Amino acid sequence: MKLNIEGLLVYFPYDYIYPEQYSYMLELKRTLDAKGHGVLEMPSGTGKTISLLSLIVAYQKAYPLEVTKLIYCSRTVPEIEKVVEELRKLMDFYTKETGEKNNFLALALSSRKNLCIHPEVSSLRFGKEVDGKCHSLTASYIRAERHSNPSQPVCRFYEEFDAVGRQVPIPPGIYNLDDLKEFGRRRGWCPYYLARYAILHANIVVYSYHYLLDPKIADLVSKELAKKSVVVFDEAHNIDNVCIDSMSVNITRRTLDRCQANVDTLQTTIRRIKETDAAKLQEEYRRLVEGLKETSAARETDIYMSNPILPDEVLQEAVPGNIRTAEHFVGFLKRFLEYLKARLRVHHVVQESSPQFLKDIFEKVCIDRKPLRFCAERLRSLLRTLEIADIADFSAITLISNFATLVSTYSKGFTLIIEPFEDRTPTIANPVLHFSCMDPSIAIKPVFERFQSVVITSGTLSPLDIYPRILDFHPVTMASFTMTLARTCLCPLIVGRGNDQVAMSSKFETREDFAVIRNYGNLLLELSAVVPDGIVAFFTSYVYMENIVASWYEQGILENIQRNKLIFIETQDAAETSVALEKYQEACENGRGAILLSVARGKVSEGIDFVHHFGRAVIMFGVPYVYTQSRILKARLEYLRDQYQIRENDFLTFDAMRHAAQCVGRAIRGKTDYGLMIFADKRYARADKRGKLPRWIQEHITDGSLNLTIDETMQLAKHFLRQMAQPFRREDQLGLSLLTLEQLQSEDMLQKISQIAQQA
Amino acid sequence: MTRFIQCLPCLSLIKIQKMNAVINVITFHFMCFLFFCSPLFAFSDLVMAALSEEVLLVVKKVRQRKQDGTLYLMTERIAWGPEGKDRFTVSHLYADIRCQKISPEGKAKIQLQLVLHTGESTTFHFANESTAMKDRDAAKDLLQQLLPKFKKKANKELEEKNRMLQEDPVLFQLYKDLVVSQVISAEEFWANRLKLSSTDHFSSNNNKQEVGISAAFLADIRPQTDGCNGLRYNLTTDIIESIFRTYPAVKQKYAENVPHNLTEKDFWTRFFQSHYFHRDRINTGLQDLFSECAKQDEKGLKSMVVQGVKNPMVDLLSLEDKTLDEGYGSLTGPSTSNSSKTVKENSNSAIIKRFNHHSAMVLAAGLRKIKVFDPEIYVYRDTSSDQASETSSTDGNSRDSDTFQPPIKKVKLQEAIEYEDFQNETGPKTIALKLKKFDRYSHGPVPLQSHHYSTSQDIISSVSCIQEEMSCYKPCLTQVMSSSAASSAITALSPGGALMQTGAHQTVSQLVPVDIQSELKHLYTAAGELLRHFWSCFPVNTPFLEEKVVKMQSNLERFQSTKLHPFQGKIQREYLSSNLISHLEEMIQAAYNKFHAWQMRRMMKKT
Repeated sequence: MKLNIEGLLVYFPYDYIYPEQYSYMLELKRTLDAKGHGVLEMPSGTGKTISLLSLIVAYQKAYPLEVTKLIYCSRTVPEIEKVVEELRKLMDFYTKETGEKNNFLALALSSRKNLCIHPEVSSLRFGKEVDGKCHSLTASYIRAERHSNPSQPVCRFYEEFDAVGRQVPIPPGIYNLDDLKEFGRRRGWCPYYLARYAILHANIVVYSYHYLLDPKIADLVSKELAKKSVVVFDEAHNIDNVCIDSMSVNITRRTLDRCQANVDTLQTTIRRIKETDAAKLQEEYRRLVEGLKETSAARETDIYMSNPILPDEVLQEAVPGNIRTAEHFVGFLKRFLEYLKARLRVHHVVQESSPQFLKDIFEKVCIDRKPLRFCAERLRSLLRTLEIADIADFSAITLISNFATLVSTYSKGFTLIIEPFEDRTPTIANPVLHFSCMDPSIAIKPVFERFQSVVITSGTLSPLDIYPRILDFHPVTMASFTMTLARTCLCPLIVGRGNDQVAMSSKFETREDFAVIRNYGNLLLELSAVVPDGIVAFFTSYVYMENIVASWYEQGILENIQRNKLIFIETQDAAETSVALEKYQEACENGRGAILLSVARGKVSEGIDFVHHFGRAVIMFGVPYVYTQSRILKARLEYLRDQYQIRENDFLTFDAMRHAAQCVGRAIRGKTDYGLMIFADKRYARADKRGKLPRWIQEHITDGSLNLTIDETMQLAKHFLRQMAQPFRREDQLGLSLLTLEQLQSEDMLQKISQIAQQA
Repeated sequence: MTRFIQCLPCLSLIKIQKMNAVINVITFHFMCFLFFCSPLFAFSDLVMAALSEEVLLVVKKVRQRKQDGTLYLMTERIAWGPEGKDRFTVSHLYADIRCQKISPEGKAKIQLQLVLHTGESTTFHFANESTAMKDRDAAKDLLQQLLPKFKKKANKELEEKNRMLQEDPVLFQLYKDLVVSQVISAEEFWANRLKLSSTDHFSSNNNKQEVGISAAFLADIRPQTDGCNGLRYNLTTDIIESIFRTYPAVKQKYAENVPHNLTEKDFWTRFFQSHYFHRDRINTGLQDLFSECAKQDEKGLKSMVVQGVKNPMVDLLSLEDKTLDEGYGSLTGPSTSNSSKTVKENSNSAIIKRFNHHSAMVLAAGLRKIKVFDPEIYVYRDTSSDQASETSSTDGNSRDSDTFQPPIKKVKLQEAIEYEDFQNETGPKTIALKLKKFDRYSHGPVPLQSHHYSTSQDIISSVSCIQEEMSCYKPCLTQVMSSSAASSAITALSPGGALMQTGAHQTVSQLVPVDIQSELKHLYTAAGELLRHFWSCFPVNTPFLEEKVVKMQSNLERFQSTKLHPFQGKIQREYLSSNLISHLEEMIQAAYNKFHAWQMRRMMKKT
């Protein structure tokens, strides 16, 4: 259908639309109009992606000069591919309606592992290996060497791409990962480099968060993307953690050992080169004297996205003299390394800030702040000069130099913790140096600054106001949308007590309590008898799950559950879990029914949807608080309190609730789906917890569904499931939660729609 | 030492080489005895039996009907012969035995009772005072091992036969005509049938839904303490079957060890002892019989993991696009490095692994069945799983076989972005539920109710309704043929009319009363069956077929005299044209001619 969103003609590739989709598009358009940033929360499974795409594509078509590019970031590879497929549907619809040939170029970009078509390289199993192997075939000096030595193996796909690929633009169209590979095979071009090149002039780019947020990658891939782009972060409820992870460094003794080996290699390589090709080193030296002027010029003319690891001031200056020659730099690294080794030899926990660390290093080994800041850049230059093919081998030294640059650049927002041993095993020495980013806004700041509009969206972003605070930006729109429902297809229940009236809770004091574990078991057992097909249960942590499973096994609860359903359990091995997951789906598919025991914050809870019969009930055992004993977390909480006035408890609860909501939200997709959401912890009944659930879940929690016993839960669940099992046809929805074009245009409906969005 | 003994009934010489020759003699006697007593017995059976008959156990001093005698347990039958006589007066195929019963302990008489499927029973009394108990237990144990093997076969066959007779009224009639009236024996009747139907038996089996295995079958074996520091497990054949189907490795072990190395009881005892080790798999002793199974399980699990998953949407390994390099990222939560794992944690994770494995095996056991017996259902399953089966068949290099991946990936992706309620009615691709008794599904059990009769009020009102409608009925005369054209058409279509010339010949159905018709029909099917048996013997190239063809000829003669002739007489009495059965007789005559020709040739050859 064709929609009129405040004067913008939007093609929507379906004959029906959910009211909240319309409302969502309205808000989104206002964000784009204002050229500002937005935070939008819309329930999972209400067609967020297609609404986003429809509106932004329409906007791009209507105002090609205002918005030149859409950068759509999602979290997982399947998500990325889903987005591209939805986009394909939309573009097909455009072609059908307008009759014009599609002149949009949209493509997905992923790592080499997912795009490589080189027969040998692509058969490697791990991303790192693929990257390393690829690099050893495509590095510039390797290719140069081939001129003199034709037996030197190179990648023919890259050669072909390099020869012609850049001149001939990739024809407009929608390219998913497989399409890129297919295209690459046909032309004999490397799909990965083709995609990386093509994103510069593509209208729509779909890739993962890291390409924008991880400075190490963003610098390579995304720094030249146009300023007039709209950036969308989908599934952004965890975006702060992604930011923090990309800026944090952990150094163990093993890292340092490998680092030592790296330094030795560097040294011998330098010596060898000095004997054979001293001019090369001379040339490098000259370049370094001139400084990083080029980069700085580019940044001034606003071509590049800034890199938080490479701060602006660095660019103004030349590399300091004491690390300019290769030998001096290696000597410098050695000294730095020795210092770190000494620091790791502590016997008690040390926590200090960056300035303290700098002061200490200056006192002990006379290393200045300035050369440290140039460390990362200097190392990159050296590795280039020394023609080291396999960068992967030098990951340890790269890590150290990145750490050096970070610690010397940021005096705020980071903390440095050295732990001589793990808390649980105080006898085993295993020193780790954590250099942790406390402030997610550091990594995301360049994105907010560079791009015209950044939209952060997810099914669970409640409470909305916390995201702008922790990411430190000022959105022009903030809205949360509810789900209009013709029948209440979600049923959140808070179970607080067992039938023996013992309170159920995963809080620390009672979590090992026999009665609590038994009650949890009984809840699952009884549900397994009532709920058809699949049940997914989430635990607060892996260790907790292991303990509970063991005691359920001893009590014979699992055996009784097996009478009703098969049991699959997430393990810490991703491959094993994948198999279990597939078997779980198979068991749901063939009618046998199954239970998946899983962990909140685990891989399953983050990336896998349990739609329709794959998840008719989700149980959240306990409140998934993060492990609060961690020093890093404590430091972060402190930082949040001092910098952003966010109380520790508020943040912890917010974090727990967003994960809980994420877990239970996995079960619902669309309005024809239905599922029970069972919160098995009495603490959920409290207003401060409940209030942090997304609005679309919250509004279905009535007073009657608080602090239930298991029996009461079963009564409600049975009733709900019986109702949901009745046939549900389009007519039941039409006009209420599903609209045709005419219905949408009625004055009455527009009135109603305006109430769906709740501005924060 | 080699001796020859002459078997009395068959007059053949038997060469005896072993000391336990007596047994052989008896066997052969037994064979001959059967042969002579029931000449209709299928020869093939005899050949088979003679080849494989081997006596497994001989128990002396066993009384049956107050007569002393000897009990023989052979590979396929149990037999008893009175003392001093060389024939068996009691002989039961194991397949005919439904169950065995033993007298309770402490009773004076030590007995073993065999209950047959027919409901009859035979009781043996072990009378050897000193070893009676031992003898009985030996016989019992052996029977316990033997019976299940035959039971399944017998049950299946019986069921199958029953089903075929119930489903096919013609066959049932044929059975009545030929078997009940003793024209041919039941074995002969079925010998051909079952083979014939084995193919469509396959397809009919498709309609049946295969019963899977309960995931909790191990939970059903609740150990009970027996009071003296021991545990008792009750195993049923169902549970054993479940174990075998779920864990083929155990089945293999069973086949390897029972009964050669271990008795069944020992086997299961060891199984349960080891099974507890299984649960926390860490201290599996090497001498444990099942450690190999555990290893095999482990291997299976590993290969499953290595093979990876076919559905890219659930592949957690390739979920993340770009993982952080080692050393980056913040580690929150207690780290779980392998080195610092406690024993308790290890056993916990072993339990978890086991549950995953168990569930996967149970699931696979159900699917295996489908794959083997149910090719059709397999086709019905949605395309994605079909794809899955394809890829799994070409596994090994499934990682780089891109050619297989995209389709399933595409399907899954499309599925994932599809919104049911946005789509216009596209025929949902669902799997139809197959129900045996639909009523029971849709209504559930209903109390028996008297029929819902229409009241007289209803009838009156409906009559008046029809009257009303008739009153305003107006024939639409413009669309009707002219009366002359209509009448000419009717005459043309009446017997003798222009269009009915060929139909002048009156059919049987018009000439013959209904009961005769049906009788004739039965005769035809019966004769057809017999003739089919007869003709299937040609070319006669084995002694068995020779035998059969002679028998079939006599069967045909018998059929002619007991069935055909009375029927002929009946027709004549009712003054119907006797050519009703002329065709039948022609057919039989043709068979006779063939038979005589064959006999002539055989005589020629012999002389």
